[in-house]
Amino acid sequence: MRAHVLAAACMCLLVGCAKAQLTPTPDSGRELTADQQVYQALTRLSFGPRPGDVAKVRAMGVDRWIESQLAPDRIDDRAANDFVAAHFPVAAESPAQLEGEFPAPGKASADTALRKQEAMKRRQITVGLQSAKVARAVMSERQLQEVMVDFWENHFNIFAGKGGPEQYLLPDYDRSTIRPYALGRFRDLLGAVAHSPAMLFYLDNWESVADSGQPTLGPTRRPFRAQRKARGLNENYGRELLELHTLGVDGGYTQNDVIEVARALTGWSIAGPRQPNPGTFVFRPEVHDAGAKHVLGHVIPSGGGEQDGETVLDIVARHPSTARFIARKLCIRFVNDSPPPALVDRAAATFTQSDGDIREVVRTIITSPEFFSRGAYRSKVKTPFEVVTSALRALGAEADSTPRTAQVVARLGEPLYGHQAPNGYAETGESWMNTGAILARINFGLAVAADRVPGASLDRWPLAAQLASATREAQVDGVVTALLDGDASPDTHRILLTGSNPMLTEAPSQTGLAKIVGLALGAPEFQRR
Amino acid sequence: MERRVFMKEGALALVTLGLSPRFLRRTAFGMELAHARQGKKTLICLFQRGAADALNIVVPHGEQAYYAMRPSIGIPQQTVLDLDGFFGFHPSLGSFKNLYDRKLLAAVHAVGSPSTTRSHFDAQDYMETGTPDDKNTPDGWLNRYLAAKGTCEECKVTPFRAVSLTPQTPRILEGPAPTVAMNSLAEFSIRATGNDVERLEALYRTGSADLVHGTGAEMFDAVKMLKAANPQSYQPANNAVYPRSQFGQRLQQIAQLIKMDLGVEIAFADVGGWDTHVNQGAATGQLANRLDDFAKSIEALVNDLGDRMGDVTILTMSEFGRMAKENGNGGTDHGHAGALFVIGGDVKGGKVYGKWPGLQQEQLYEGRDLALTTDFRSVFAEVAGRHLGATALGNIFPGYSGSKGDWLGVLSA
Repeated sequence: MRAHVLAAACMCLLVGCAKAQLTPTPDSGRELTADQQVYQALTRLSFGPRPGDVAKVRAMGVDRWIESQLAPDRIDDRAANDFVAAHFPVAAESPAQLEGEFPAPGKASADTALRKQEAMKRRQITVGLQSAKVARAVMSERQLQEVMVDFWENHFNIFAGKGGPEQYLLPDYDRSTIRPYALGRFRDLLGAVAHSPAMLFYLDNWESVADSGQPTLGPTRRPFRAQRKARGLNENYGRELLELHTLGVDGGYTQNDVIEVARALTGWSIAGPRQPNPGTFVFRPEVHDAGAKHVLGHVIPSGGGEQDGETVLDIVARHPSTARFIARKLCIRFVNDSPPPALVDRAAATFTQSDGDIREVVRTIITSPEFFSRGAYRSKVKTPFEVVTSALRALGAEADSTPRTAQVVARLGEPLYGHQAPNGYAETGESWMNTGAILARINFGLAVAADRVPGASLDRWPLAAQLASATREAQVDGVVTALLDGDASPDTHRILLTGSNPMLTEAPSQTGLAKIVGLALGAPEFQRR
Repeated sequence: MERRVFMKEGALALVTLGLSPRFLRRTAFGMELAHARQGKKTLICLFQRGAADALNIVVPHGEQAYYAMRPSIGIPQQTVLDLDGFFGFHPSLGSFKNLYDRKLLAAVHAVGSPSTTRSHFDAQDYMETGTPDDKNTPDGWLNRYLAAKGTCEECKVTPFRAVSLTPQTPRILEGPAPTVAMNSLAEFSIRATGNDVERLEALYRTGSADLVHGTGAEMFDAVKMLKAANPQSYQPANNAVYPRSQFGQRLQQIAQLIKMDLGVEIAFADVGGWDTHVNQGAATGQLANRLDDFAKSIEALVNDLGDRMGDVTILTMSEFGRMAKENGNGGTDHGHAGALFVIGGDVKGGKVYGKWPGLQQEQLYEGRDLALTTDFRSVFAEVAGRHLGATALGNIFPGYSGSKGDWLGVLSA
């Protein structure tokens, strides 16, 4: 904390706070100036300001804009929906449709060349879904909703690249499991995830069956008989449910709780091809462990069947450790990497009092004085996804109708739906900062400025026309405002203006502007929000 | 503490523009320490992705059952490069035979993961995290080695301490310790024209001393170190000839990095094409071609590094072996135990290590695959312990109950 305050004070000293308005909004307890509040809201609740956004939020008032973003259903988002539907139809397709269109999962032709082709074709599903996610981040009006979808898809991470059915299931996971509940009730979201074929498959619960010594609710049918003998219980989902999805690793559960949770969830599976509604959730009583379970101090009596799993989800969703774990993770996403404990406490209290109403928890965080504090301002290191989308938004770029932008995100180190382990990508900055990553970020900025990234073109950038014949000073000021949230160190200012060599002078021109844009996108300031 | 430094240097940086004392000191220090690393140990890990067919690579030509189970793809006894009267190399492994005869190369047979999985993905994951049957390990075992060895000064200033010649950081190197992944040395450069490179560098040399600036400054050091070594004009030593394949070229670049004395402690590359379900061939064919490229690339690397091999160990790995019996398509399906190679000056080469489980029906794992007699972690731990001098083996391979007593003695103590 102290380091943050000190850093902010220093930044203020160097940037020259004379330029900024030093009067905070009266009585709000907010440390940031009115304009800083606008940037803070825009860089945290959205993937970065587009041309005109700052003026719009300023005119509307930060608090009203935040309220509007908290109610995404009232925001018209047809443009983004139409774009995605037109260019990335796979995002709207059901697993069954996808299986009809693409080589079936697990199908492997004898011929090596053919097998490669099948794998390539199959990959198009994930490529389409990735591109749809990038497009929505770039052009959706429901920006907070998109930020929350990203948060939850990362929290409930699923890896697309294993070559199994996950890639066929992920579009539905995004559409029906995560999106409807991104600002809804945590218990509903958790339940949707637990029932989703994507998660049942990814974390193996579909094949978790009662150990052979345990009574079940019916005679074991053939496909599962061998398995019961061989393996029985699979703890994978049970463990992650506690460790990653709800209580957190220090949330106060034991290995025995993991086993008991896994036992309660036996039989939560996926319907086979010859069953009704193949590929969807099914409860298999014949492999469900029918004994009593003891979960986190609660007794689940024997014979509960499918309801056992629901009871477990009730217990973990309402556990105080879960309130704290989710509240803290949201504070890290929205405020800074070491969020003030008092804010985490208040957000956790909101979680508990509202019975896990995610919208209310987020509201507590993003309207707090801590959110509008100097320790939070520009403290977050952008993820690769945020680097790319914020650059495109700042330049007023069109969403890319090709997969290339999603590939750029991958090359910067964050292939979407491409994190192997169930813990998802890190929410904190250190993980994103290494020499290779920063090199790639700088080269990305240069590629944008050189017109090599689809959709992003200085010709289309409204500000470029205005600045074309302006002085170099005006060009630098314009770029700093549009790309660096108006916040460049005096050094950065000087380097953008004159180059590191003070003898260097360049005539202002369109190429000059492109150079400034390339440098600004590669600057340390652009790596933060 | 750091923030105060920043205040002082931030003010200085204002005056000197890009030539802050921090920059000068850091670079000089970096170069010095990187060179001081000469004579330290390097480990090169090479992953054969797709499950290489161990039984046709290190061939048990002394087993009748081998020929009975592989009537069309078995390697005929007269073409096998015999090693010890029982095992022999595939005829495409002439390069390995040379290294074997020079006692630089050891093979380990019937080695692999105790996990029952036959999924490529899961098995690779387990081998790279070093934790079989635990999908939740966040980091790779090589990164845990780097992190456990910790915060020695040299690790901080040598951005090339752990390098992967792959487009993205492989699972085996994921984790808290810094690593670099690159497609090629040529790609590790700033694609700017004119004096924009200097300007970009100045952006990171000035301003605050935070994470972003610090990492950026390190990156510019790394780019310069690489450029100074002029990788474009590279000539392999000792008449080594690398195959033109991607794998061969990547190994050449690993040799370049090592010879530049940039402080490479861990290097990684991988090579695909081992999933031979169909028409894998016998003495010639699909697998033979892959093996030819694989062995020639590695032999070139060994020859190119020359005397430096005294400090280098090469460890190969593949996620599992393939079925003992050939399938109906002239290929082999997913199996269990496999084989790996350990190569280098520290290696007690010229020997096939590991207990041979036999290929009689009742000796096979689940009645179909080569059984496992050596846990891959025992070999990996020996390499980490003996070659790299790792001490925190319990942290590198958590949950592994094996001890030094289980080591095969592939490396000299």
